[in-house]
Amino acid sequence: MMRKLLTVALSGTFAFSANLAANEDTTQAYIDQLTSMGFPAPKESQLVHIPPTMADLEEADIHPELKKVIRKGYDLFTNTQQLRGENVFNNMNCSSCHLGEGRMPFSAPIWPAAVTLPGYRGKNGHVNNLEERIAGCFTYSMNGKPLEYGSDNMLALSAYHQWLATGVEMYPKQPIYGRGFPAPERPAELSYANGEKLYEENCAVCHQEDGSGLRVDGHTVFPAPWGDMSNNWGAGIVRLFTAAGFIKNNMPLGQPNSLSDQEAWDIAFYMDSQERPQDPRYTGDVKETLEQFGPTFHKHSMYGQVREHDGKVLADHDNTGEKPFLKPDTIRSRNFD
Amino acid sequence: MRKIPITLAAFGLAAYAGFALAATEGDAERGKEVANLCIACHQADGSGMHIEGGESWPRLAGLNATYFAKQIHDIKTGTRVNATMTPFVNMLDDQKIADVAAYYSQLEPTAGQGGANADEATLKRGQQLAERGDWSQYIVSCKSCHGPGNRGAGDVFPGIAGQHAGYIEAQLKAWKEGTRKNDPQDLMGSIARRMSDEDIHAVAVWLANQSASSK
Ligand code: HEC
Ligand code: HEC
Ligand code: HEC
Ligand code: HEC
Repeated sequence: MMRKLLTVALSGTFAFSANLAANEDTTQAYIDQLTSMGFPAPKESQLVHIPPTMADLEEADIHPELKKVIRKGYDLFTNTQQLRGENVFNNMNCSSCHLGEGRMPFSAPIWPAAVTLPGYRGKNGHVNNLEERIAGCFTYSMNGKPLEYGSDNMLALSAYHQWLATGVEMYPKQPIYGRGFPAPERPAELSYANGEKLYEENCAVCHQEDGSGLRVDGHTVFPAPWGDMSNNWGAGIVRLFTAAGFIKNNMPLGQPNSLSDQEAWDIAFYMDSQERPQDPRYTGDVKETLEQFGPTFHKHSMYGQVREHDGKVLADHDNTGEKPFLKPDTIRSRNFD
Repeated sequence: MRKIPITLAAFGLAAYAGFALAATEGDAERGKEVANLCIACHQADGSGMHIEGGESWPRLAGLNATYFAKQIHDIKTGTRVNATMTPFVNMLDDQKIADVAAYYSQLEPTAGQGGANADEATLKRGQQLAERGDWSQYIVSCKSCHGPGNRGAGDVFPGIAGQHAGYIEAQLKAWKEGTRKNDPQDLMGSIARRMSDEDIHAVAVWLANQSASSK
């Protein structure tokens, strides 16, 4: 049964070897490794793709100039701090959330964007292409200013995304195995106090008790899960289910799936009940912003909610962190009527 | 000579092993005296020694003082087990530990040994593990915890660049076999257990060839 699944759903890896049997073994080993780490095996209908590594790039039969561009994209993805003060105004690298250099399943691997876009996104209510999707993570997750569309850096970063998708068909009909940060089932009750205790026991050794993370010699070692140096209130990870999915599947670093579902949700609840820079879509009033973006987004976050233990209204401020503006001018809607 | 306060800046340290060193301040000058007990193995300049096929003596020069003191306490209390070191740590009280930790932390790091004869393919694999990891086996890159250049991050994650290959290899194998387990939250153990002996060797020789200081 597994064999059948693989020959049907496997993609991508074919590009790197003509040997089908070897590829099946490779894919089986890939899946075995993931299941041994506590991840679920792919369902029969799912698309499994093993994105190529930087070592595969060396071997790949593509123009040397293109290799250079992809390498630059990789470099930007894993060391996005090189754009600090221009496009990035917090301590994040893209790889701070997209683990394994954007390749790991269950850590929002980035290649699916390259084969599913242009496509409609509920978050901004129009059709986005790959560049606009990347711009989205700059605007919110990096608390930044997106790279110019069509610029050298944007070309490099999108080339890296697209190359990771090598061999996958455009607009695949099958659902993608390990896409996003799949959330564990939400438990009936969430506990802030338990989340705080668990955070201190499992996370603070790296991210610090106050959520500020750790930088050494101007490099981010441990990113900041909240506070001025973290993502802003508009980033996907402020949604409780996304944070719970991220934590369950990826943290503590090196120990995925070691926390129970309840623990992952409690920590997510604690983490997402802390302050961070304002959502760039802020209208100047937290209630109004919540009304506008509640239905599509903030109904899943703590934005504008009263924190129970101290009565604080979350996100009721105009602090944009280190970023000297609220909203990058690239956030605009499109409409083809 | 400056005084180096050893604080529990890293919260994690307080949370396990009953490690209570919080207020002991180290004096490097007094520590120099204490170090006379140590030079037979760790050498006068703190360089230690790579001993091929034997038990290597780690370089201590430039090691983070808080990490250093934690190791001595761990060996004393038995959470880290080493027969060679035991008689020497038993000669030290909390003050002497803080002093000798302060002394070694401000010595100039010396070069790592044991990586000079490694072949190119081994070094390439070692570099990959150290800088990018191997996610196909969920081996997270060493630098994601041990910091830029693997020169250490805070008080919890020691510098491992420029340490002797024999010592690095022995520690990773000890974690893999379960004979060293004094790391917080099994952070090091869960990585080491996923590594083959070949990978352990590769990363050890590569790290030995790197510089422990950022200059
Ligand atoms: C603070 C965490 C965080 C950071 C940093 C971050 N992202 Fe994301 N990214 C997310 C989340 C959350 C999603 C949405 C996942 C989901 O679908 O639930 C996402 C989704 C994506 C997607 C779409 C993936 C898909 O399945 O279609 C791409 C592409 C992407 N990010 C690229 C980037 C790039 C490029 C950067 C750096 C400029 C970056 N991200 C930085 C959290 C982050
Ligand atoms: C051993 C150190 C370590 C521990 C322990 C750890 N993390 Fe992380 N965490 C990291 C690193 C490193 C990254 C960035 C990934 C990278 O750079 O490869 C990260 C990324 C994150 C991110 C995304 C970026 C950000 O800062 O928002 C969140 C959220 C996060 N961790 C939460 C947690 C939580 C919750 C726990 C406890 C359950 C935890 N981490 C435990 C090291 C750690
Ligand atoms: C007889 C040789 C010998 C003497 C003398 C000796 N050591 Fe050691 N030391 C070792 C060995 C061998 C190890 C490695 C232990 C292991 O493999 O776990 C070690 C490890 C250490 C470590 C741990 C280093 C790390 O990176 O984790 C510290 C700290 C240390 N010694 C300090 C001292 C101090 C201080 C003294 C003097 C008071 C001393 N040693 C005396 C042989 C010695
Ligand atoms: C998830 C975090 C993490 C990762 C990734 C990690 N380490 Fe460690 N490592 C630690 C911690 C924490 C310690 C300190 C343990 C203690 O306090 O005794 C440590 C200690 C060590 C030591 C002992 C140092 C000494 O002086 O005794 C060596 C050697 C080492 N690590 C090598 C590696 C190598 C090689 C890699 C990459 C293959 C690696 N580590 C990846 C967390 C990590």
